[in-house]
Amino acid sequence: MDLNTIWFILVTVLFIGFFFLEGFDYGVGILMPFLSKDDNERRAVINTIGPHWDGNEVWMITAGGAMFASFPHVYATLFSGFYLALVLMLVALILRGVAFEYRSLRDDPVWRNRWDWAIFGGSLVPALLWGVTVGNLMRGFAIDADMNYWGGLIPLLNPYSLLAGLVFVTLFTTHGANFLALKLEGDLAERAKKFGFQAWIAATVLTVLFVIWSFFETDILTKSGINGLIPALLAAVALLLAGFYAKSGKDMLAFIMGSLTVVFATIMVFMGLFPRILISSMDAAYSLNIHNAAASPYTLKIMTIVAVIFVPIVLIYQIWTYKVFSARVKADPETLVY
Amino acid sequence: MNPLSLARWQFSIVTIYHFFYVPLTLGLAIFIAIIETKYVRTGDEMYKKMAKFWGKIFLINFAIGVVTGIVQEFQFGMNWSEYSRFMGDIFGAPLAIEALLAFYMESTFIGLWVFGWDKLTKKQHLAAAWMVAIGSNISALWILIANSFMQNPVGYTIDPETGRALMSDFGALVFNPNVLHQFPHVLASGVSLAGFVVMAFSAWHLLRKHDVTFFRPSFRMAAIYTLVGSVFVGTIGHIQGQFMVEHQPMKMAVAEAHFETEDPAALSIFTIGNWEQTEEIFSIRIPTLLSFMTYSQPYGEIKGINQLQAEFEETYGPRDYVPPVAINYWSFRTMIGAGGLMVILAFLGVLWSKDRKLDEKKGYLKIMIYAAALPYLAVTTGWILAETGRWPWIVYGLQTIEDAVSPNVPAWNVALSLALMTVLYTVLTIIAFKLAVKYGTSDVAIKAKE
Repeated sequence: MDLNTIWFILVTVLFIGFFFLEGFDYGVGILMPFLSKDDNERRAVINTIGPHWDGNEVWMITAGGAMFASFPHVYATLFSGFYLALVLMLVALILRGVAFEYRSLRDDPVWRNRWDWAIFGGSLVPALLWGVTVGNLMRGFAIDADMNYWGGLIPLLNPYSLLAGLVFVTLFTTHGANFLALKLEGDLAERAKKFGFQAWIAATVLTVLFVIWSFFETDILTKSGINGLIPALLAAVALLLAGFYAKSGKDMLAFIMGSLTVVFATIMVFMGLFPRILISSMDAAYSLNIHNAAASPYTLKIMTIVAVIFVPIVLIYQIWTYKVFSARVKADPETLVY
Repeated sequence: MNPLSLARWQFSIVTIYHFFYVPLTLGLAIFIAIIETKYVRTGDEMYKKMAKFWGKIFLINFAIGVVTGIVQEFQFGMNWSEYSRFMGDIFGAPLAIEALLAFYMESTFIGLWVFGWDKLTKKQHLAAAWMVAIGSNISALWILIANSFMQNPVGYTIDPETGRALMSDFGALVFNPNVLHQFPHVLASGVSLAGFVVMAFSAWHLLRKHDVTFFRPSFRMAAIYTLVGSVFVGTIGHIQGQFMVEHQPMKMAVAEAHFETEDPAALSIFTIGNWEQTEEIFSIRIPTLLSFMTYSQPYGEIKGINQLQAEFEETYGPRDYVPPVAINYWSFRTMIGAGGLMVILAFLGVLWSKDRKLDEKKGYLKIMIYAAALPYLAVTTGWILAETGRWPWIVYGLQTIEDAVSPNVPAWNVALSLALMTVLYTVLTIIAFKLAVKYGTSDVAIKAKE
């Protein structure tokens, strides 16, 4: 396997980590205003991801950085082409991160309420926009011979990609609810499960629609024959089981199945893209792939060594963090931090 | 305004704002880790209170530093896509390594530090504090490795087919001589800035005789910490200046408003130049001093702006190569002036905080509340000099800013994002400042209960 393929896989792994971890993070943020009846409950919901959200977000930053290092043309084309979408996402993420840290620093309901909106919007907008981005990646967009996309924001907001955005929002909301079912107690946890199941129904319906539409709109599912369908089938089975386990009260299994849905769906998308990374809708020859968009073999070699050493170390201490904070969070102001 | 100017404005605004938060993170993380080390060694609860009290200020600051950092990571692709294509083979690597080595570390361990007081053993918690301190400073190291390539490109070849710069020597990139000056400079300025912030809040409390047993030692530790930091910044800055004359002579020439080549060269005390940036209108200079500062001997040629402009034209073709002289000249002087004052104030702090004499130095303590602005002024003007002094190059000698900007992002897009970011960063900075004042001037006993 050449280094270009290895880096395609590594970038996929980073996006899996990002969608898996930030998936439930965003879900928690989206659910927060609907689940909690009072301020202590809202704080409890936020505190479930309190120690983790920042470390989780680094998966996105690293995915971006790794793309810059390994496929600089992809980084340049995607980030300049999706400029306004990214600006919106950055504003949302800035507000969200500050909101976690600041909302409980003042004992003023107006203050807290404003930051709670920032948490909600700051979670909803990135989830939606990442979905829209993935939709456009699957469908392709108008990249010219110089690897530039000139179309601006409006063509990116096509119905297919917007549907992808809604799939992301509902899937992440389900994923977040499954996480909260494990992290909260009593009535609050029950409410999370109820909301989670409703989100699951919406996610399942939207996903079915999206997959059917994808057969007509893209070549992601059909390009590599049977092989390409394997992760899609696994994602479908995991999604159905997630709902089944959630309904039968097996919270841990529901969370695991929801996670696997995210993992397999991400694999499905990247497998369908490979060896392309950004598909041009103008001319297949203009597409960016793992060769014409890549960094030099020397840079890829250096980065491979760094990644092989440090990705496992990161995994070890992040998993340890989840073990340290494995206890459920009580809606009790004496023990709440954020 | 054209897209290039807008993109430059945006870069400068988001970067300057970002760097309001970074140096305090760098310096205060180490300061808190040292205090917590004292707590674990002595078991004295006061040190725990101290770590938590200054930790609150740290977190208010850290939150914005982190989120504005995402913009830093993404904006090269967004606004400078041609730069990202041309330099990505080299520049992307340190950014990715920064994320992998440093961002994960600081972001994960800060969670453990904040939420782990009752969940970790004392030693584990202390280790988390140090991991945050080390992680954030590793982050500074890698971003400065990236920036140093822009200042002083090394370890690359140019692909004859595509014209792109390719990495040829990773070791050379990492051990770029520019990094060896810039990283200690940034680290030490973070140390002095953090010390000044701690001294400012401590002085506020000492003036009101609040919790003197808590703020006296805080002030003393911060004063020593800052003195070490600011003396070090000055020393390394001097060496850096000598390096600049050799590697970026134009930057030094504009920083000194040094229009004509001289041997020995005089050092400007106060200079006003003409609008065209070709000659001085009025100037007070100390003869020979610039040569002496540069070569540690009373002679030696220092090239002037006009000769350098001619040399550049010969090498790279006709165009204007002179960065804005006034901005660089005054930034350089503000940085050095603020730095000098910081050394003096820190020295007085160390001298007077030995015993209770400090409480009586009311005038000094009042000054110290506002003196916290000095390091912020110094780091900001320092970066303005480092970045605008490189004009018109985005990578010195390899790529100009005109060739670096994204061709496909229209001006109105950048204008919109510039407006959004400016408003957002300004509002957040006001909020963060107010929160820091609220918590920095709050009672220790209440804080310690949390």
